Amino acid sequence: MEVLFKLTSQMETDDREGNRMWEEDSSPKHLLDTMFARGIKRKCFDGEEDIEGTLAGFKSVPSYNLQRQSLLDMSLVKLQLCHMLVEPNLCRSVLIANTVRQIQEEMTQDGTWQVINAQNTGQASLDRLVSSDILCRSTKEQGEGKLVPSYSSFSKDFEDIQSQDIISDLSTVASVQAPRNPQSNVWEMENPQENRGNFQKSLDQIFETLENKNPNSVEDLFSDVDNSYYDLDTVLTGMMSNTKMGHCDVLESFSSQTTTNSNSNCKSDINELDHIVEILVES
Amino acid sequence: MEEDIDTRKINNSFLRDHSYATEADIISTVEFNHTGELLATGDKGGRVVIFQREQESKNQLHRRGEYNVYSTFQSHEPEFDYLKSLEIEEKINKIRWLPQQNAAYFLLSTNDKTVKLWKVSERDKRPEGYNLKDEDGRLRDPATITTLRVPVLRPMDLMVEATPRRVFANAHTYHINSISVNSDYETYMSADDLRINLWNFEITNQSFNIVDIKPANMEELTEVITAAEFHPLHCNTFVYSSSKGTIRLCDMRASALCDRHTKFFEEPEDPSNRSFFSEIISSISDVKFSHSGRYIMTRDYLTVKVWDLNMENRPIETYQVHDYLRSKLCSLYENDCIFDKFECVWNGSDSVIMTGSYNNFFRMFDRNTKRDVTLEASRENSKPRAILKPRKVCVGGKRRKDEISVDSLDFSKKILHTAWHPSENIIAVAATNNLYIFQDKVN
Repeated sequence: MEVLFKLTSQMETDDREGNRMWEEDSSPKHLLDTMFARGIKRKCFDGEEDIEGTLAGFKSVPSYNLQRQSLLDMSLVKLQLCHMLVEPNLCRSVLIANTVRQIQEEMTQDGTWQVINAQNTGQASLDRLVSSDILCRSTKEQGEGKLVPSYSSFSKDFEDIQSQDIISDLSTVASVQAPRNPQSNVWEMENPQENRGNFQKSLDQIFETLENKNPNSVEDLFSDVDNSYYDLDTVLTGMMSNTKMGHCDVLESFSSQTTTNSNSNCKSDINELDHIVEILVES
Repeated sequence: MEEDIDTRKINNSFLRDHSYATEADIISTVEFNHTGELLATGDKGGRVVIFQREQESKNQLHRRGEYNVYSTFQSHEPEFDYLKSLEIEEKINKIRWLPQQNAAYFLLSTNDKTVKLWKVSERDKRPEGYNLKDEDGRLRDPATITTLRVPVLRPMDLMVEATPRRVFANAHTYHINSISVNSDYETYMSADDLRINLWNFEITNQSFNIVDIKPANMEELTEVITAAEFHPLHCNTFVYSSSKGTIRLCDMRASALCDRHTKFFEEPEDPSNRSFFSEIISSISDVKFSHSGRYIMTRDYLTVKVWDLNMENRPIETYQVHDYLRSKLCSLYENDCIFDKFECVWNGSDSVIMTGSYNNFFRMFDRNTKRDVTLEASRENSKPRAILKPRKVCVGGKRRKDEISVDSLDFSKKILHTAWHPSENIIAVAATNNLYIFQDKVN
């Protein structure tokens, strides 16, 4: 994902322009912002030259779909980073979750809702993607082994089929109304209705699973004390400061960094919670 | 609208002069009392600092009353919720003063979970001449007492003491974002993300729930309460704002649970400005009644709006605070700045409104002349008693001298909390861990 500037909390001063605190990416500036502000939709391309133009254009101007996907990923990461010592801001979480829903609805309407082929498991990987990223507890049952491969395969495949993605997008746009045929790439197209159900289910899983465990509130989503997420925070901040990183590199390094940290801590936190519950029950 | 403003900074007698900001010193709320004589600040470390205005002396007419530290006390301590394994921050979210009814001052201060009523009183006399103990407090041997005397009150150095008179706890599952004292001076309300409770000052073990927007199924949660306030004159009326950019006015006479609003204020969305961030930037971070009670002012991420209570379908005035950020929403979402909650305030006559921005800028809008100004609260850029220079942010490529380009703005320096004296043109601006007080220039 394009990184536009880094936030520094120290009193660094840049002599260039007053009290400038930002380091800017020298390559296309604020493209994410420009694209989103104008609400630019995908253009409808007819011929090959346009595809080439798009590919060339892609290098300097990310497609709307890529932008939207970046926003979706960013939002999911934000929701996950809510595992902190202090209860997170409910307003912020609700707003982010609404943004995620909004993207999902639009992607479903566009028919561009794509799900990773679950590599013979038969389970929609995106379900796993969403739920495993956010629900520490649910992945415990699935086994941590699944967390890393699905996520990194997601990013790796994404990297591999960047250009293919564009092509599939283009043909998608051309036949906007009709259901699409699966492309000869890793992305598998599913019926939009199903997609909607799957994603909705995933998002609801966030709340539901925790409702069952702690029938109190959404805030219980964040009730695990998990110090690894401080690391995640540092990791992500550290990644944000590397302006050269592309979208996928960010995701990959994110997943590799968290492998050792989050998994073990999640486990111990769940045990801790059980322990506390035991104590309460016994007393 | 006054553009000549005399600057006065409160950091010589109280705040440390360090070049870094200690987190605990970050000011989280600022509030004048009803006469403007006192100014209270709360910080992230749970402390409350009260400033008092000096009496103006006839000899120094050119020197307006300065604000000096009057009292400092620890209002809230950090707590740990063992059941949820979560810390409860001691950060003071809001302070609200009660009107003065005797020699003592009373204020409400709240963190995320607990509201406390504090009594701040002065002691300037001390009894001397006890019979049974000497001046140090040690007991005297009764056998040595040969005469009796009546203790007398002698003057002493002024001592200001703060004592917690009431603690209103265990009523909020979610984080308290607002408290508001009712005009009957007997009740007040506290609002968290999903509920609003009504309290009587005398009763700490009970409160009435008057608004509850928690859905039965938490999966359906899409909207939270962001701010709430009582009407300044009608003790039965209050408003609360939401994260979807709506304001609901409720009448407590209608029913015990005010889930059904009396009025519903919402501006229709502008389709040309629609983006994925539309909802987030429409979330209202602050709502304030005008002193007259006729209008309400709301602050969302990019604008301040004034609403007439009699017109629900759109605001009567909209002011752009920093529209140049509209093209930067994705970056601001990424670094979480888009969730910053700015407050807004009216001046005493409801003719000018003020709110904060980034880069230690704050903005004032004159509702009558429609003029606006951007000022900066910073030590480097203003000397004591100097007139504040209006600032300007430039958007395009050409940057004039003294202008700041959007990309140079410091988003870590945000002015979220400001206050305006109830009757005079004195404003208090909190810039991270520094408090700035600006006054109207005299002659």
